[in-house]
Formats: sequence, structure tokens, C-alpha cells
Amino acid sequence: MTRPARTTASTCCYCGVGCGVLIEHDGERILGVAGDSSHPANLGRLCSKGTTLHLTGDLDARALHPELRLGKGLPRSRVAWDSALDHAAGVFADTLRQHGPESVAFYVSGQLLTEDYYAFNKLARALVGTNNLDSNSRLCMSSAVVGYKRSLGADAPPCCYEDIEQTDCLLIAGSNMAYAHPVLFRRLEEARARRPQMKVIVVDPRRTDTCELADLHLQILPGTDVALFHGLLHLLLRDGHVDRGFIASHTEGFDALEALVQDYTPAQVAERCGIDVRDLFACAQMIGGAASFLSLWCMGLNQSTAGSAKNSALINLHLATGQIGRVGAGPFSLTGQPNAMGGRETGSLSNLLPGHREVADPAHRAEVAAYWGVPAVPAQPGLSAIELFEAVHDGRIKALWIVCTNPAQSLPDQQRVHQALAACPFVVVQEAFATTETCRHADLLLPAASWGEKDGTVTNSERRISRVRQAVPAPGEARPDWAIACDFARRLERHLRPGAPSLFDFQTPQALFEEYKALTAGRDLDYSGLDYARIDVHGPQQWPFPTGAATGTARLYAAGRFPTPSGRARFIADAYVPPIESRDTRYPLTLNTGRLRDHWHGMSRTGTAARLFGHVEQPLLGLHPQTLAQRGLVEGELVRVRSRRAGLVLPVQADPSLRPEQAFVPMHWGDRFLKGLGINALTLPARDPLSQQPELKHAGIEIERVDLPWHFFALAEGRVQARLEAVRPMFEGFDYASFSLAGRDRAALVIRAARQDAPGSEWLEMIDRLLDLADGPVLTYDDPRRAVGKRVRVEQGRLLSLRLAGETAARDWLKQLWQDGTLDPALRPWLLAPLSEAPRATTAPAGKTLCNCMDISQARVCAGIAAGLDLEGLKRELGCGTQCGSCIPEIRRLIARQPVDA
Amino acid sequence: MKKLRLVVIGNGMAGIRTLEELLELSPALYDITVFGAEPHPNYNRILLSPVLAGERTFDDIVLNPTSWYAANGIRLLTGRTVVTIDRVRRRVIADDGTEARYDRLLIATGSRPFTLPIPGNRLDGVIGYRDIADTETMLRTARTHRHAVVIGGGLLGLEAANGLALRGMSVTVVHLGEWLMERQLDRAAAELLQMELESRGLRFLLNRQTTDLIGDERGRVRTVRLADGETLPADLVVMAAGIRPNSELAQQAGLPCHRGILVNDTLQTYDPRIYAVGECVSHRGVGYGLVAPLFEQARVCANHLAMLGFSRYEGSVTSTKLKVTGIDLFSAGDFLGGEGTESITLRDPVAGVYKKLVMRGDRLVGACLYGDTRDSGWYLRQVRERRNLSDLRDRLMFGPTGHQHTDSGSVTGSGETTTDLARQALPTAHRLTVSEQPA
Repeated sequence: MTRPARTTASTCCYCGVGCGVLIEHDGERILGVAGDSSHPANLGRLCSKGTTLHLTGDLDARALHPELRLGKGLPRSRVAWDSALDHAAGVFADTLRQHGPESVAFYVSGQLLTEDYYAFNKLARALVGTNNLDSNSRLCMSSAVVGYKRSLGADAPPCCYEDIEQTDCLLIAGSNMAYAHPVLFRRLEEARARRPQMKVIVVDPRRTDTCELADLHLQILPGTDVALFHGLLHLLLRDGHVDRGFIASHTEGFDALEALVQDYTPAQVAERCGIDVRDLFACAQMIGGAASFLSLWCMGLNQSTAGSAKNSALINLHLATGQIGRVGAGPFSLTGQPNAMGGRETGSLSNLLPGHREVADPAHRAEVAAYWGVPAVPAQPGLSAIELFEAVHDGRIKALWIVCTNPAQSLPDQQRVHQALAACPFVVVQEAFATTETCRHADLLLPAASWGEKDGTVTNSERRISRVRQAVPAPGEARPDWAIACDFARRLERHLRPGAPSLFDFQTPQALFEEYKALTAGRDLDYSGLDYARIDVHGPQQWPFPTGAATGTARLYAAGRFPTPSGRARFIADAYVPPIESRDTRYPLTLNTGRLRDHWHGMSRTGTAARLFGHVEQPLLGLHPQTLAQRGLVEGELVRVRSRRAGLVLPVQADPSLRPEQAFVPMHWGDRFLKGLGINALTLPARDPLSQQPELKHAGIEIERVDLPWHFFALAEGRVQARLEAVRPMFEGFDYASFSLAGRDRAALVIRAARQDAPGSEWLEMIDRLLDLADGPVLTYDDPRRAVGKRVRVEQGRLLSLRLAGETAARDWLKQLWQDGTLDPALRPWLLAPLSEAPRATTAPAGKTLCNCMDISQARVCAGIAAGLDLEGLKRELGCGTQCGSCIPEIRRLIARQPVDA
Repeated sequence: MKKLRLVVIGNGMAGIRTLEELLELSPALYDITVFGAEPHPNYNRILLSPVLAGERTFDDIVLNPTSWYAANGIRLLTGRTVVTIDRVRRRVIADDGTEARYDRLLIATGSRPFTLPIPGNRLDGVIGYRDIADTETMLRTARTHRHAVVIGGGLLGLEAANGLALRGMSVTVVHLGEWLMERQLDRAAAELLQMELESRGLRFLLNRQTTDLIGDERGRVRTVRLADGETLPADLVVMAAGIRPNSELAQQAGLPCHRGILVNDTLQTYDPRIYAVGECVSHRGVGYGLVAPLFEQARVCANHLAMLGFSRYEGSVTSTKLKVTGIDLFSAGDFLGGEGTESITLRDPVAGVYKKLVMRGDRLVGACLYGDTRDSGWYLRQVRERRNLSDLRDRLMFGPTGHQHTDSGSVTGSGETTTDLARQALPTAHRLTVSEQPA
């Protein structure tokens, strides 16, 4: 029985671009997705992640029922919602009674909807009486928040996406938007094709795909952004490119800044930043000579101990040149998460209150308390993420509620985070995906509805509020986050406010929105004039949208008035301060982390779609080829990466996009997919003094070759999530173990591992059982003395699973053979041979998938280029890059590179 | 100068191969006389099974037609069994009284099937499986009778059983051992073989002992009785429970024998004028029943008969193949593997492939292959040459074509050295050039 397909318009749940997505479904299951051509953010476009949304969310990975354990050593067992929440309310009430409101904390997420956020805010501040409510936006946007507030007076990006298309000079700093915000990058590419005179400058320590569009790439030493921006201002001043009139009328504090930047001479800045001084001049020339100047930035500025200073130093350039409040001009922060903005609006950082208010401001506290009808909201400042988990580690936090985020993957210094979570007396994890590293620590796991299953609103990077709509029911007993928060709150009220009328009498997310929006009234973000109906009829709207407004607001500060007490924007004169871990002899390399094109955050969602592993399958430590050569390393070799906190074993790869003293590893892998607590085992918890954002992109490391002679490789088709859960604990004894998915329509789990000595035969027998290799049509090879054992399952002419233990030379072509789906019988005698290439050229590995939409491998693209095709030709002949376009920068790079390689 | 006289007792594969080798080395040294008990010229005994199976005719398997003897000036005396060796007068006497004097004597009397010492072993329809006459008996019986029992699940027994089944008989193999061909196969390979033969209609009773053969009133076998009391209908009983060397003639002549005629590394007996080769011989305590060692003996013996005197026979590494169409099976050396050895195994249950290589340290000492024997010759050479194979160990299973350099130094697959030897190798199948067969 098939139900007729229907379409529900919603918003993508990944990055902060906030693309409109049309969900095709039958009321039970999501069948497909398409870009919403009526949504102003994407106008129908979707990136490689967005187009595969319907392929994510494997039910095997979902939390489907509440689960509770009553002791740390015990397994969780299924409980009813009533018992789960009653238990939680009891524990929270007891903890509050015994230890006070500072003993509990809530750690939430930039992926929550505005309504979810609001419910948790009210729960923490109005009922529990704590400001210990922080969000993973602390790891993401808090430096931008401080930057905007310090420089402009309010946390409001003043620009809109059209500015990206209409600017004359675009500076992209610390953002690989080709990967992280692909749809905006598409818009930029198209605009630049229409207006080739537009100048694009990219500031990035790596030569990312974003640089493909750049007229100028400043490959600065990481962390030197403030010096660069001050150096640019020095030149703008010297060349008379500042707008003295704007400075005089609309700003304050310029004198101090002007004095400061006098010391940032071109020669010094070029040396400090590690760039050619001519490039510095060229950059200043482009900015100073542009009719309009727009800047975009992201984690490269924010995730830094100088994040706030970097933000303000960049905003300084706009204020000094008067490049703000106009079309194509302004400082435009790109948000990493779909509703980081909503979190900031609802006050979901420990120092904020709803409606862009401050905890520290008694008047703000009073306004909010009065609106809620409670005597007070707490004055004691809350703990920000890093501090919060320190407090958990110290035992000060005794009950922790984690919502829709995975701190056991995403926070720096994972060893400490895991220790903290393991020791915390009561950890509640409210999650859609039961597979996250954090869920392992949950005493109470509450299943949450996820994308496509819930209703509400989100705000994107350009302040545009879109509706998120439910298409299908949540699986199992999963519930929307706001509903869980309110249900828990009502139960907790019975302990804390017995007999009093409930503060949480919300039956719909709309009711939450209606109550919340009044708190924005009169504030900079005022969207009290907005409601669901208006968005439903007129589409997504940009705030401010005060009562009585007919339309939203595309750009802020057009009149040159800023939401500071004086009405003037402020120049911030912070001197350049180097990152915490500068290179030294013990840690001579600097580790940068960042995003991949096809994965998102800790992979709890993208880790369920096999094809999203096609572009990059496993975490590799990128090093400059020269560094590899100096160390005598070859690609693929395993190294132990050591930081001051922990070690991690990873394979190396040559990455010419890096500077020689730099290393890069993607941020996405946690302990589930990479043994050793993931990438953030290496990063440091040092944080910006104002934003409290940690320095996730600048850790001192050293590497050393590690000799792990016993190698293991396995691939098993089907039930990938369940299988990963089952096999993952078996690799604790390994120095290196990396897990990924492979395939497209059929998915397989892929395991790569290595250790010093072979494990016992019982271990292999258990693995074989878990991978369907213990019996049936399985080819076997065993040389017990060499500890070499291989298995290949072939059924109906198809390779279904395999494991190579002790000797793994054939892993790549066997994997390709699985992917091809057919098995040439002539190859059968060779399946277990230690051949690193297929005996026949027909099965030559196709390599990584470049175009995920059309399933075009890099090998095919290169062959096309070699045959003389240009980008248009490749699109025409192969179809690559014709759908979401996320692969186009990479194809361009290959085209540019080809003659060198040939 | 008057030629020396060489007399050969036995017109089979070992004796005649010795003559061929000798003629190559020294064609004019001897006047040669050959006595053969069978009425045929030298034929390839190994190919009796394909004759039985209907894949070849008798004419196909003749190795040396009478014209060959004539062309080489050899006096061939067929149908005559030598009954006496007179070492003092250096002559031999045949059952028909024919005498021949010798300066050198070569004994190549071969072997005969072992006849079980059980009641009824002389009944009509109870035969061994050795020569053309046995084969003709089987063919004749298959045309008129239904039930055959083969006693012995070794190489010969299975070939006989398969041939009889192909000739339309219902065949049961009674085998004392725990698995078939236990002297040539390990249990795993034997089970695959048994499954394959069962699928062809053969029936097997393993771990079973035959106690009686029961005949009818005309003296023809009708029933086989086993130790557990079970009886089997039998119109034909083929005893294939091993062979015994034909060394009685030599023993009567006073030559020392122990499970065969004792010879030294030049294939010389205790009488310096008398040599012996083939299945009748015991060399360093080993008697061989396969053709390859016999040919090696023949080459050495010929060298000494030719008075060159520099060659030594030091024993053979033997190997086995079963001549049953569609079944590839091979074993060599210490294929079971014992203390101090390690085995490398490969199985493909769907393709019906089983391979076991037995290593002692870095040397290959034995192999047992079922279903894929294309590299058997190469393995045999490795066993014989006792090469250090430590560099090849991981690739050994995949034969000489699996020998390209492969790498396992990295985990990700990038940056490794590869060669395309395997690609080149795929179309070429390596097979034995010298067939290693039972004689």
C-alpha cells in the first residue's frame, strides 16, 4: 500500500544559510527532498548535504524510547515517558534542594528550533533558577556575538545574502564557504560570473576550495588575523582610503585605534602573517578602492582565543571606510548552525537573556522576570560551555541536561570531557540519535524528534526567520524537544512550585513562539509583528519585524545609528595577541581543524548516509608534502599525533594546500568513528576572554611514525549502524581504528585498524560472526603463524562482506569490487591474494566520489579533463556539477592542475 | 668388439624408460633382450583409468609399439614370465624355457595388487586393478552385471569406482580409513572429494572393514560382508587396498629384499651386475608406487648401465593426482603437517576449492590441493628444491603468478607500490608439465 506523495516546505537542518527544502513524503516516510525555489535563501538550490537529507536518519541510529539506568555501571533499560520524566524531575528537585541552583546545568544546541530554545530558557531561568544554560553556539558563534555587540551595540548581522551578489569587493576570512556554506558560495559564483569586475579576497591559512574564486589569497599564519586587519587599516589610513566623515558622525574610539595601528607597519605585518608584503598592499588597494566592501567570516575568526578581537578588528575596517548599512557593504558573519541565530535571540548562552538581553543587566533581568511572572531571574552569571564542563569535572554540577548536541565529540580536550561526563551523578541526554558519543554517558536518554518530524522556526545568517515544518511522525516514542522540556518542567514545578499555576502550559510550538516574541518587542531584533501565519502566507522574513510592519528588514544601520548608548558604533583597539600554543621544539606543528564538504558536525546525521562518505572516507592528517618528505613519511602511513593533552593515531596524507608548518584534520570524527576520543582529544580548552569561545583551530602538535604491523580491514554490507554499534567496542585494544560507511544505494560498514600484535583467534571469530563471515559461502585464507587471516563472502555473484587481517594489501580493489556490485568469476581465485591492485584493469579503483549527486568519481572527472573537456564540457558529458554544484570548486581546481600533472 | 648383453625382466614403464634413457646415452653398448609377462608391448598403465572410463582406447595408451623395439634392435619376448635368475651362469630362464644370458641384468618386475586375506578372495569376479586384463574384466562385467564393490578408497580404488560407475554400474566403495585417500589427502580435501564423487552417484562406506566375500554356487562373487555384519550385493569386487612389490624372483636368486629388492643410490642390487628399478624396488627403505620417482630411477640407472657412473638417485618427493575427469586434486610431500610444521589454508566452498600448504619454518614441505591444482607443479618444485620462501610466504598460496611485489605498509591505500604482474598473470594457467601419476 503506497500513500500518495505529498510535499511539505521546511528548512534544511544543517548550516546557517537556512535553505528552504521541499520534503517529499507519504505521511509516514520521507521519500525525497528538493530545493524550495520560493525560499529567498537558496532560491531552489541545495548542496550535497541538503540533497541527501532524505537518505539520513537510519532508524538503527535513532533513539526511539526513553532509556534509564540507575547506576553508572548498569546498562540502560527502556522506560515509559512518565517514569522517565518523573525520575528526572525527582533527581533535579533533590539536587536543587541539596546543592542549590548552581548544581544543575543545561547544555543545548544551535540546532534547536527557536521554540525549543525558549522552553529551555524559561525552564532554566524561571523555574530552576540558574543561568547555567549554554549552547554549543559557544563553540561556534560566541566570538561573533561579542564582536557585533562590542563594535555595533547589538548582536545583529547587518547584511543580507543579496549583498554577497552585489558587492564590489568581498573579503572572505576564516571561512571555507565552498564547503561550509555551499549554497551561498553558488550564489557568489553565479554573481561573479555576471559581474566579473567583483574582487574576491580570501584570508585563510589553507588554500581551500573557496580560494578557487579568489583574486587574492592571503595564506596567513593561523591566528594572525588581528595583525592583518590592523595592517590593512594602517594602509587604508596611509592611502587616504578611510571615510573621515563617517568616522566623525557615526563612530567613537577611533583615536585609540589609529594610534594602535600606527605600529602595524606593512613590513612587520607581512612578516608576522607570513605573507608577501605586495599581497598586503594589493589587499588594501582592493578594499580601499572598492565602491562597496563586504566581508564574510566564520570559524577561522571565531574559534580563537582572540576571536572577539578578530571580529572587532574586521568590523573596524568597515567602520573606518564607512562600508556598512549600504547595499553590498558590511561585516557579515556566517553562522555555522541552522539556528545559532535563534539561540542568540532567545538568550541561549549563559550570559544572555531572551530578546538580546544581558544577564548582567539588572533592568534586563527585571523585565524578563516580570514578563514571566516570577520574582526574579538569577543574577549569578551562568557557566559557559568550557567552564560548565570544568564544573562537571569538579563535581560542582551534579545534574546535567544535554540537548541535541554531542559534547563528547565537539568540545576540546575530550579526555577531560569524557572523565567529567562519566563522573557526573546524573546525565540526561535528549537526542534524536542514540549513537552519539555523549549518549554513552547518559543515565537517562530521551528520544527527540528530528528534522522533518517537528514544527517551529529558525533564523538564518541574514536574520531571516523560516518555518520548520513536520512532514512525518517522529519514529518510536520520540517527541519534539520543546514538548519534552515543557513536560519535564511541569513535573519539576510540582516539586518546586507546588500548587502554583504552571509556567509551561504550552500545547504547541506556536504558543511558545507567541509568548516569546513579545520579549523581542522594543529590542534591536524586534519581531513582535511576526507570526506563523504571516510566514506561512508571505514566506520567511528578516528581523526586525516590529508590530505593524509589513515587511522585514534587509539591511541594518542604513541611517548610521547604532544600538549603543551613544548611538555610535565603536572602534575596538585590541592589540594582536598570538594564539596560546605557539610552535616550539616539542610541538613544532600547528593543528588546524575544519569542515569537509559532505559531513556536518559530529556526523550523528551525516554518518547515517553512506554516500556522504564518498568524498572523504576517513580522517587523515594533512601535512604539506615537504613536511612529509622531511619526516620520511609516505602517504597513508600511520603516525601518532601528540598534543599537550592526548595522542591519536591517524594516517597522513600530503596536502599542498597547507603551509609547511601546519597540519589539518577534519573536525567531524569523534570516538565512534575514530578510536581515541576523536579529533578533539588533541584540541585545547583555552578560550577567548570575552566570548569564552575555545581555540579549536590552533593546537600545537608533534607527530611520530608509529609501527603497528598488524593491520585489519573489513567491509560488511547492510545494517551498518547496528553493526557499527556491535563491533565498535571490540576495537578498544587497537592503537588505530577508523570506521566509515561506503556505498550509495547499498551501504557497507568499512573498518580500518592496526595494532602491535595480532589479537587472539576468539577475537577474529567474534568479528566474523558480527560481519556475516562465520559460515556460508565464505572464502577463507589462514596462515596462523603469520597471524594472517582473510574472509570474503560472495553470494549470487556479489561480494557482500570481507575482512583482511594481518595483511590488507587488497583492501582498495576489493572495496571497489563490492561497490561495483558484480564479480568477474575470473577474479575469484585472486580475492584472497595480497594484491594491491585488481588483477584486471577493469576494476581499477575509481577513487573518491567528487560529484555526489551524479555519482561521478574523481577518476572520471580527471579522465574527462585529460580528454580536453572544460567545466562546461564535463557538465555536459558526465553530468557532474549540474545538480547541487558543491563539487564545482574542486573540479575547477582539477582543471587548473591537470597540465601540471600530465 | 662384441657387445655386452643386457637382459630386462619386465616390459613396463620403469624398465622401458630405463632403456630409452640408456639408448639416448649409449645406443650401441648392449644387445638387449626384454621379457614381458603380459602379451602387450609397453603401455601407459596410468591411463588404464581413462580407458575404463571410456575416455581413451587401448591403442591410445601404447607407449612403445613393437616397431620401436625392432628399430632399436631389441629382442622383445612377450607373454613369457621369467622364473629363474641364474647368477652364477648369468642367465635367466622363462616359464616357457626360453633362456637369455646377460652381462647386465635389469629387474623391473613391478608390483601387484594386494589381495586381502579373507574368505572368498579367489571367487570369480574378484579382481585387482593392475593391467589391461583387469580392465577388460571390469568392462566385460559392467556390460552384464549391476553391482560393484571397490575395496579401498585410495587413488586406484576411486579411479576404478569412477570408471565402473561411468560404465553403468552401481558402485560402493568400502574403505577402512577415516577418509578417502588418506595417504594423499587430508580430511578436508577428502571430504570435498567424497562430496563430489557422491554427486556423481558413488556410494561410500568409510571406517568399514570387509570380512567375507560370499559366492554363488557357480563360484561367482555375490555378496560382500562387512565387519559390522552389513552385506552388500556385489557382482564384481575390485581389491584396491594397496600393492605388493614383485620381488620374489630376485629373492629366490639370493638378492637381499625387504619390502622390495634392495638397491643403492645407483639402483644396483647386491649383485653388481644386476640393477633394479620401479615398483619392485626398495630404495633407502622406500618403495614408490608413482611414476615420477620411477622415471627418476630410470634416468640414474641408465647412467650407470651406460657406464658413465656419475649420477645418484637420492629418493623422490612424490605427488599425487587423481585421474577422474573434472576433479582436480594434488598432494605432495608432508601434506598432513605434523609437529614443527605450520599450515596455510585457503577455502572456497562455493567453487569447491581447498588448498593447504605445509611449511616447516620458511620452507614448503607439503601441499594438498583440491579444486584448483594449476600451481601444483610449481609447489612440487618448491618442495623438492627446499627453497627459503620467507619473502613469498603471503603470496605462496597464489602460485608463481601471485609473486609480484605487493605492499601492506599503509592503511589507507595511498602511496603504495604496486605492479601489474597479476594482471599479466591472470590469463596464464600454470600446470604440470610432468604428470605425476601412479604407475
